[in-house]
Amino acid sequence: MSAVATYVRLAWAWTRALAQYPASLAMLTAAQAVATVGELAALVFLFGHAGRLGGFGLHEALLVYGLAGLAFTLADLLMGSVERLGEHIRTGAFDVMLVRPVPALLQVAVEEFSPRRLGKVVPCAAALGWALAALPAEWTPLRAAAVPVLVASGTVICCSVWVIGACLQFVALDAREAANAVTYGGQAMAQYPLAVYGRDVARAATYVVPLAFVSWQPALYLLERPDPLGMPEWLRFAPPAVAALLALVAAAVWRAGLRRYRSTGS
Amino acid sequence: MEAVIEAEGLGKDYTVAEGPLPRRRRRRVSAVRDVSFRVAPGEVVGYLGPNGAGKSTTLKMLIGILAPSAGRVRVAGLEPVRARTRLARRIGVVFGQRTTLWWDLPLRDSLALTRHLYRVPRADHARRLAELTEVLELGPFLATPVRQLSLGQRMRGDLAAALLHAPEVLVLDEPTIGLDVVSKTAIREFLLRLNAERGTTILLTTHDLGDVQRLCRRVMVIDGGRLAFDGGLAGLHAVAPSPRTLVVDLAAPAAPIAVAGARTVRVEGPRQWLELNGNPARVIAQVAADHEVADITLREPDIEEVVHRIYAGR
Repeated sequence: MSAVATYVRLAWAWTRALAQYPASLAMLTAAQAVATVGELAALVFLFGHAGRLGGFGLHEALLVYGLAGLAFTLADLLMGSVERLGEHIRTGAFDVMLVRPVPALLQVAVEEFSPRRLGKVVPCAAALGWALAALPAEWTPLRAAAVPVLVASGTVICCSVWVIGACLQFVALDAREAANAVTYGGQAMAQYPLAVYGRDVARAATYVVPLAFVSWQPALYLLERPDPLGMPEWLRFAPPAVAALLALVAAAVWRAGLRRYRSTGS
Repeated sequence: MEAVIEAEGLGKDYTVAEGPLPRRRRRRVSAVRDVSFRVAPGEVVGYLGPNGAGKSTTLKMLIGILAPSAGRVRVAGLEPVRARTRLARRIGVVFGQRTTLWWDLPLRDSLALTRHLYRVPRADHARRLAELTEVLELGPFLATPVRQLSLGQRMRGDLAAALLHAPEVLVLDEPTIGLDVVSKTAIREFLLRLNAERGTTILLTTHDLGDVQRLCRRVMVIDGGRLAFDGGLAGLHAVAPSPRTLVVDLAAPAAPIAVAGARTVRVEGPRQWLELNGNPARVIAQVAADHEVADITLREPDIEEVVHRIYAGR
């Protein structure tokens, strides 16, 4: 619990520092919101014209988009800064974090925390709300309880992928671009029903980088639809387990990275 | 007495990859080799050596940032890498070249955050902050964002941040680098007082011989990754006597100055360099009496020179 308290404390300090420039913060937040709304609009137009893609209509696609978007933007808000690990290592700031009595991963994650990222979270949450309101399947208590669990699992999966990607920078300081192909590229992919991409992509997103458990499988569960790609039915119940497992893997990778950390010259 | 810092056969190797990719070779490089020493509680130890000698690498192994590749190290009874965060509560670390403060926050807020990170009870924090504010004269800039502080002010702020949790050991990496004489003196006097009043053990690296002479009763010299000297300051001078230099600017070029207690080693137009081996005040008075002098400065020998002499003399 004290880690959460420390995170909140540091996030609040960064927020206050940013609040010294309120106009800048407001504009950055608005810009992020506009970009996300633009993405959403593209999705609405696409499905509005094509009607159905890969067997999915507008509201179903919105559900996938909302689940993926909310998980990714929440992960970005909470842990997005870990992708700047290489920069902290290069400047020596990482050494400073290592001599504080607080987990280094927490400090890297919260470094330059910015509420402007809420500008992306809110439109995604709205899209998800819209899609859930239009859900064709009947609401049961279990299904209602599943929504926050699925969003939380998705967020944990995204955070873990982010951390694992960042750990590449322990090996090569400029690995950020490579990791971004998976983190941001994965986000773009997971925002559309995987049926659109075909079987091989869906397999990779299930078994290699398990982003299918962020939006695709949860959507199948909430929609009560059979998997159009013919993957096993039980996969849709797996997101919490996948999230827990991936978080453990991320923690192990981080520890391994710390062990081989070499610091800078001075 | 039980040692508070203990290193035994400490070593750190790096693997360096060289050459273009297809024929890349891997080579082991030792940054630190077989370094052993013990520091008793309350000691003030200077850890000296030229750039790249392994000073920072040793320090980073002591504070748990780097895992040693050989030997063992214990600080305050803990194994630094394994117990890094626990050790962090018991030691204070100041890096002269980078700040532990939050750049955009006022100094006061940075110090308040430190209280939470180190979980210092509110009353203890308030008392220590009041003390440190007074001794380090932080009052005038407590409300200033750290990025607007001068280097000397920032360093005082960093020292306060490192001491608010009342550490037993203070590790300083070049604490006076880039500071003016007044700030340097303030920091040295503060460290002496800290050591005398609280018995805080201090280990510092520096390139400034003034730091060493004012602060350290004991010095360790590292070069090429090995400990070359470990003993009292007087012993260092005996091993490597490094005279101070008097730089004399005459009104006009003249023949090399001949004066008792000094030897002229270099002449460049009106400027002459005299190596002192006697009382500087007497030499200066004599030079001023014999010649028309525009300016005189007294130069302390630097660490590089002392270390160089240790090696040249062997």
